[in-house]
Amino acid sequence: MSTTAVPPKKVNRIGLEVLNYKGGKTTLCAGCGHNSISERIVEAFYEMGIQPWNVAKFSGIGCSSKSPAYFLGLSHGFNSVHGRAPSVATGAMLANRTMKGIIVTGDGDTASIGIGQFVHLMRRNLPLIYILEDNGVYGLTKGQFSATAEMGSKSKGGVVNDMRKIDCCLLGIELGATLVARSFSGDKKQLQGILKTALHHNGLSVIDIISPCVTFNDHEGSTKSYSYMKEHDLPIHQVDFVPYYEDISIEMADGEVRDVEMHDGSHLRLRKLGRDYDPTNKRNAVRLIEDSEEKGEVATGILYIRPREENFFDQLGLMDAPLATLPESITRPAQSALDMVMEELR
Amino acid sequence: MSTTELTPVGSRQGGTPKKTVNDFSIQVATVNGSGSQTSNTVLMRSIFQMGIPVSGKNLFPSNIQGLPTWFTIRASKQGWVARKKEIDFMVAMNPETAKEDCLSLQPGAAILYDEPLKLNELRSDLHFYPVPFDKLVAPVCPEARLRKLVRNMIYDGVLAQLLGIDMQEIRNALVKQFGAKKAKAADLNWGAVQAGYDFAAQNLTKSDACVVERMNKTAGKIIIEGNAACALGSVFAGCTVVAWYPITPSSSLVETMIVYLKRLRVNKETGEASYAVVQAEDELASIGMVIGAGWAGARAMTSTAGPGISLMSEFIGLGYYAEIPAVIFDVQRVGPSTGLPTRTAQGDTFSNAYVSHGDTKHPILFPGNPEECFTMAIEAFDLSEFYQTPIFVNTDLDLGMNNWMSDPFPYPTQPIQRGKVLNAEELERLGGFARYKDVDGDGVGYRTLPGTNHPEAAYFTRGSGHNEKAQYSERPDDYVNNMDRLSRKFEHMRTKVPAPEVIVNPKASVGILCCGTSLHAAEESRDQLRREYGFETSYYRVRAFPFHAGLEEFIDRHDRVYVVDQNRDGQLYSLIKLDSPPHRIAKLRSVRYYGGLPLDARTVTDEVVLQEGL
Repeated sequence: MSTTAVPPKKVNRIGLEVLNYKGGKTTLCAGCGHNSISERIVEAFYEMGIQPWNVAKFSGIGCSSKSPAYFLGLSHGFNSVHGRAPSVATGAMLANRTMKGIIVTGDGDTASIGIGQFVHLMRRNLPLIYILEDNGVYGLTKGQFSATAEMGSKSKGGVVNDMRKIDCCLLGIELGATLVARSFSGDKKQLQGILKTALHHNGLSVIDIISPCVTFNDHEGSTKSYSYMKEHDLPIHQVDFVPYYEDISIEMADGEVRDVEMHDGSHLRLRKLGRDYDPTNKRNAVRLIEDSEEKGEVATGILYIRPREENFFDQLGLMDAPLATLPESITRPAQSALDMVMEELR
Repeated sequence: MSTTELTPVGSRQGGTPKKTVNDFSIQVATVNGSGSQTSNTVLMRSIFQMGIPVSGKNLFPSNIQGLPTWFTIRASKQGWVARKKEIDFMVAMNPETAKEDCLSLQPGAAILYDEPLKLNELRSDLHFYPVPFDKLVAPVCPEARLRKLVRNMIYDGVLAQLLGIDMQEIRNALVKQFGAKKAKAADLNWGAVQAGYDFAAQNLTKSDACVVERMNKTAGKIIIEGNAACALGSVFAGCTVVAWYPITPSSSLVETMIVYLKRLRVNKETGEASYAVVQAEDELASIGMVIGAGWAGARAMTSTAGPGISLMSEFIGLGYYAEIPAVIFDVQRVGPSTGLPTRTAQGDTFSNAYVSHGDTKHPILFPGNPEECFTMAIEAFDLSEFYQTPIFVNTDLDLGMNNWMSDPFPYPTQPIQRGKVLNAEELERLGGFARYKDVDGDGVGYRTLPGTNHPEAAYFTRGSGHNEKAQYSERPDDYVNNMDRLSRKFEHMRTKVPAPEVIVNPKASVGILCCGTSLHAAEESRDQLRREYGFETSYYRVRAFPFHAGLEEFIDRHDRVYVVDQNRDGQLYSLIKLDSPPHRIAKLRSVRYYGGLPLDARTVTDEVVLQEGL
């Protein structure tokens, strides 16, 4: 027996190292906000002890949609077609409801070509994490404005955007998403808390993450640059998450936190910062987003949550076992059933 | 004007006309939304119940209420079920079209009509049967608001008397139509049928030749629409995810499927469903869900028509390239664009074979009758999962939405084939896998399903270039190797897809070739050519694309092969040409019909006669 103690490898509650949650080497630009988001996803899934091979990652087309290759390398991934990740994810989750699903898209995917699918995904409240890596610009085609770019913001070439923007969080709240959050790729702690909450949410989580494009949208006049966000980001609370398997009677005096119990007994704790904010009230959420915008601020945090809403699986009366692997004895009715139907048609 | 004052054609020509037994067509002209569907179904079913082969075709507008619609019933002792071009007996219930309906008839045909229309003043070479519908309906239906719906039942009674349909069979068909729960409605309608019968017995003199006589040719048979047959096939294929968007003429496929799924695929104790049906926001989403579900291991399908396929084309290309099973029912209607949404065609034969950008090709199954809708639906799921690729089942409005006689469907004899899927134990033994490697020489790789409990199970699926290990690649050799494997896979299907139906006639130097519903006209046309012209033909019915190797042999055996298409451009003809060397192409001839009505035998016969110079 050696006397020099080898430090035990750090593992999570299912015995995996953080290495098991990493993906391939990123091919995005150095400093791209999307890379920070990938890192936060790795940490959140690792810390929550999610089995990587029971995760399905989905994306559309664009810089953001490349990123599922750069996290959770042991998870199944599907880089589909532009704007259509929601339908692919819907089908896959129906085939196997036991999986954790995560969609990563960009603002081109979400607010333009795929807005129809985004809207209907929210109506269905499918248990799924929807990440919008929002930089206001089409990066992969070299710098055109997207539909989330602020009116009046400037492109790298000096062109001023004269179109109104689409606020995907407002849209989400309006259309029935049951968890709506906004964050900034540079806010490590807040984003981690939001992701952890989303992992325990039994419905659709829409997370709009302002993620500056260092190549085409990180200049003076852009409202989705690092410097703009550092000046205008107004975190409404700090997001802590206490999973159901941890002792919840920790820290914090009443009055400083707002505690939301999730469907599985986990607790979302919103540590009060600037104001006392109730994220379970739809009108509050809409008002907060609109007031902040008027003041030239970007409110970040969990803007809206309804943790116990009926989800799409419940609505469909779906069985618990994955449909994908049901045996023939369940999926093919017996000969007597066919005989009965034939008799009726005589 | 008294009905007895009419001079029937037959008596004017002297003598009683000879009887035409169990071989005629009836066309009922009505207004859609007037409840005529019930009287037409009852009429058709009562003839069927008398043991006489029968077919029914609904020619309807793209509209809910108020536009002209025609229902054609053909009785044929020989069992011909294609549309008959000539109408022998017209029932003119629509004042808007009555004049045209009357003038369009061939001399010697019969016409039953609402007396005030005075159609007998238009021409004198028909058998006229005026019926005062309003006078007859009032006493049997005291409630005025129901009269419009009951009125049409009167012609069933009149026809029963004139044609010799057993009234008990009409009664039985009515009871079947309304079910035990709506006995009151059945009785009300029965009253109208009787009023029609009694009126005809007392006031009309039979002068035309059409009669029915009991036969025994329908015993054990069922009546069903092709869409319902596809739906049942999918239920028994073990389909687990359905995503769809409503479109004529395919909507009733999924709607019927939902009914059967609720009955047959819900656990009676727990109430839990072994399936999911999603009405998507559009066809882009419905095929996206099917691709996602197929990727994750569900048996997934959608049902649509041409405009839907156009929207789905991007995803179908992804399914082809990323190799994902998906079953797509295409109930074809007349295009291009919106086209004639309620008329039939085989207009997607070519486009479905090659839909989506880049080099793509897709298998297609061509059912020609309801039984094949059922069996091919099951085969489609097995083939799609084995070959890991989207597959089309091309039916059409004629097959999908019309009522067809059929033998009862056979219960599948083979277990469900899920294809090459590696589970956790196999992954453990193999120590991993390469998703797109051609291990078995058939071009088909092994796949894993998301959620498989093994760290080596995952791979990254993409529509961008990839190598055998599913890694992103833009290398020319990776691209070429992959595309060549996909071609090998497609070639491998030739012997696995449903085999053709072939009749080689040793006396024939000419063959007739068709697919799908053209079979009914083609069969009858061959009979016409033989009887009327002494012209013998061989027969080849394509049941799938890629084509079976037997097609080459068939072309080689004959001097000329007539390829029958229900589209303007000869799409099946073109597909065969693409697959054939010049000496075979030289033997091909094209027969095309694209008027939107179900293909009739006479059209095929006339074209062959013309081209052969018979």
